Amino acid sequence: MESKTGYTLHHPKWHRDAKPIFWWVKRWVYIGFIFRELTSVAVAYSAILMIILYRSVQSGPEAYAQMLECLSHPVMLVINVLALGAVLYHSITWFNLSPKAMVVRLGDWRVPDLMIAGGNYAGWFLISAVIAAAYILG
Amino acid sequence: MKKSNDAFWWTLFGGGGALTAMFVPALLFLFTIATPLGWVEGPSYANIAWLLMHPLTRIVAFGLISLSFFHWAHRFRFTLYDGLQLKHLFELIAVICYGGAIAGSLVAAYVLL
Repeated sequence: MESKTGYTLHHPKWHRDAKPIFWWVKRWVYIGFIFRELTSVAVAYSAILMIILYRSVQSGPEAYAQMLECLSHPVMLVINVLALGAVLYHSITWFNLSPKAMVVRLGDWRVPDLMIAGGNYAGWFLISAVIAAAYILG
Repeated sequence: MKKSNDAFWWTLFGGGGALTAMFVPALLFLFTIATPLGWVEGPSYANIAWLLMHPLTRIVAFGLISLSFFHWAHRFRFTLYDGLQLKHLFELIAVICYGGAIAGSLVAAYVLL
């Protein structure tokens, strides 16, 4: 059963063009694609901020006030504006792509892409409005 | 990374992508831009502490944070892989990215739960 004397099939090396590292700067769509993927860094950054927020709230009012103080530093503001831009880009590209990832059928009728994306946007605005209302009123 | 794991990681990526797309922009804007610039006055410490420390909020926040990390891990992994053409480091990158997400989730669990 186990024979070491078999022969190996000739397997020619595939020809692949060597691609330069910055292949994606040549076209806007590629730059958009890389930027979309890099929005995940802003998502991870937001998650870290949330952990820090929890830490400060647990440590008491002074720590919380100190954290808010830290967030008003110009450097932090610039970072956070960039992060917000990236996260917004993430949301928009995500909602626009979701009809392609999720095809909804009701009987024979395929729910149009625009309705699925529209539903996502409606949910987004609703959730954002609830968060904003809770934050401002609370 | 075996092919059979892809669906699992993709599910975490997709769940994180959807949740963060819905929740993060508003939170980030309010906490890190609108409040520091004085556009809105945030909630008092007592109120925010009550809300964040509520068991339900902690569970939801933990889910959001953890899935955010897994969302990042999956995307960042393929960005390094495709964008920077690091095909020979495929497995190392996967271990670092998902390992980072697991570590981040453990930290979040320690702090929040």
